[in-house]
Amino acid sequence: MKTMAFNEALREGLHEEMARDDSIFVIGEDVIAHGGPYKVTEGVAERFPGRIFETPIAEAGIVGVAVGAALAGMRPVVELMYLDFVTCAMDEVVNQAAKMRYMSGGQGSVPMVIRLPCGVGRLLAAQHSQIMESWFMHVPGLQVVVPSTPADAKGLFKTAIRSPDPVMFFEYKRIYTSKGEVPDGEHMVPIGLADVKREGEDATIIAIGPMVQKSLEAAITLEDDGYDVEVVDPRSLSPLDTDTICSSVSKTGRAIVCGEDSVFAGAVSEIAAMIGENCFHDLKAPVARVGSPHVPMPFSAELVKHVVPSSESVVSAVQAVMS
Amino acid sequence: MDLSADICQKIYTDMWRIRLFEEEADRQTNLGNVVGTLHMYCGEEAVATGVCANLRDDDYVLGTHRSHGHCLAKGAKSDRMMAELWGKATGTCKGKGGSMHVADFSLNMLGANGIVGAGIGPTTGTALASKLRGTDQVSVCFFGDGAAARGTFHEAITMGSLWTLPVVYVCENNGYQQWVPRMNVAVVDSVADMAASYAIPGVSVDGQDVVEVYEAAAEAVKRAREGGGPTLLEARTYRFYGHSLGDEQQYRSAEEVDEWKENRDPIKLLAQFMRDRDWLTEEQDQSIQAEAKAEMSAATQFAEESPWPSAEDVTTDVVAPVQEVA
Repeated sequence: MKTMAFNEALREGLHEEMARDDSIFVIGEDVIAHGGPYKVTEGVAERFPGRIFETPIAEAGIVGVAVGAALAGMRPVVELMYLDFVTCAMDEVVNQAAKMRYMSGGQGSVPMVIRLPCGVGRLLAAQHSQIMESWFMHVPGLQVVVPSTPADAKGLFKTAIRSPDPVMFFEYKRIYTSKGEVPDGEHMVPIGLADVKREGEDATIIAIGPMVQKSLEAAITLEDDGYDVEVVDPRSLSPLDTDTICSSVSKTGRAIVCGEDSVFAGAVSEIAAMIGENCFHDLKAPVARVGSPHVPMPFSAELVKHVVPSSESVVSAVQAVMS
Repeated sequence: MDLSADICQKIYTDMWRIRLFEEEADRQTNLGNVVGTLHMYCGEEAVATGVCANLRDDDYVLGTHRSHGHCLAKGAKSDRMMAELWGKATGTCKGKGGSMHVADFSLNMLGANGIVGAGIGPTTGTALASKLRGTDQVSVCFFGDGAAARGTFHEAITMGSLWTLPVVYVCENNGYQQWVPRMNVAVVDSVADMAASYAIPGVSVDGQDVVEVYEAAAEAVKRAREGGGPTLLEARTYRFYGHSLGDEQQYRSAEEVDEWKENRDPIKLLAQFMRDRDWLTEEQDQSIQAEAKAEMSAATQFAEESPWPSAEDVTTDVVAPVQEVA
């Protein structure tokens, strides 16, 4: 084990995979200068010359080019500087990458990872802070992956790069520098397998992305109330590991689903509905959802704190469900 | 590069195969066997055949919503294409794509595309793949004049030029963007003129004259294959049918259509070119047409006798069957 930051874990995974497979290349805006906006692509240009492409500011072009390269057997790793910019490439993601395999009757394959730095980071307001996981969960053919720790980031990223199908890889900007232990050697995490981050008996918190750490902190606070909560990290939202989530909820009888994105029609809502459908007879209380209100991300820090859910938001939600 | 008699005969045969494939598909539509709609390539046959006659089997082609011609010219089988139009399990895409998504990956024909201008980026991507692998494969993107209005045109051709990729961008300018005459909604008459913005050659040819198309494509393909980068090749052409089946075509006169069919039919023009050189006898002509007609009847029979897809097929091919780690 060694301790490293989330973005360092991604970088290590990228370097390992590029050394292993010549078909992998990087494409995106500003990915060479300064090691990329988030330092994830640092060192790639020097170590793998000719396999990293700094592009014009042209997201539809970037993803379109990546789709074609993938169809021709390459494995592009696309960086979109801010998730928000994926809206400029929605045809390429939704109509092209996601549907090529199906429309071609299984002939075409788009092994591509789109890295999506998301969520509130520095205070950059409504066009640089979105999450939108559920937009892509709704599209068949896409995999939606959301790591919460450096270890999962590395393991899921390596798996995503090797996947035969497109992966929307969500990287919450606020946890790029958070540190954690990453196993030595080859570390792979399967897509579609949730992880129980903390075991408990009284309630299940299903937490997405940065809400995992906030939920683990909440769990410690809740010990003072005498509550022993379990924290499940889905790690991938599509495919969704319903078995792990449902077996935990069936055990505890209570579910609190937490994400940073808007609750309305968001990822937490799909998970809540799935729990309601599958675990109804085991539930001792209604399923609770924690997330942001249905508003664009504001600029002022004073406003943002009322939008992004905190550890305290989780504590309150659990207390309400337990009472 | 001059057209030989052999190449002319191959092109002439393929033009008839495209024409008769679509006429057969139209007939099957009227019988209720082919459903959805069809975007007919009739009238534009010289473009697909003239370009594809310059390509190798391993070269990449991506098309449009109007791609029956591109598929057949790249070598796709008419029977499996017809089965796709019927929605049968034996179709090129197992009945999951239909007319707008016909593809044959075994021929590196990576598909028609239902979104205007959406193939330009991916074709630039297949060209990037060839360059990264160090092969000398060429990628060809067919798109209409309407696609030249899309941002994808600007974004992808910029990258194709920036990285000197082996790609030929072929604009089939048929004068209409769905129901609107091109110049009602465009400001540059010749799409080839737009090439200057990307620092690549722009060439405009008479898209009804397959000799012109072939020769311009030969140069563009050679340039791409030898590492010279992209060319924007515009073929001025005309669609004999409307935008899609059922189009009332109030935006153009019957006289205009008749004039093109009578005097600007690419098949007639090539036949004359070949007869002038004694490359096509009356008997050969009859035989080529009869064989193409028989091929399309057999295609319909194949489609008719083929099984329908099953309920289980609905959920396959969404993602790879086994998500195993490579």
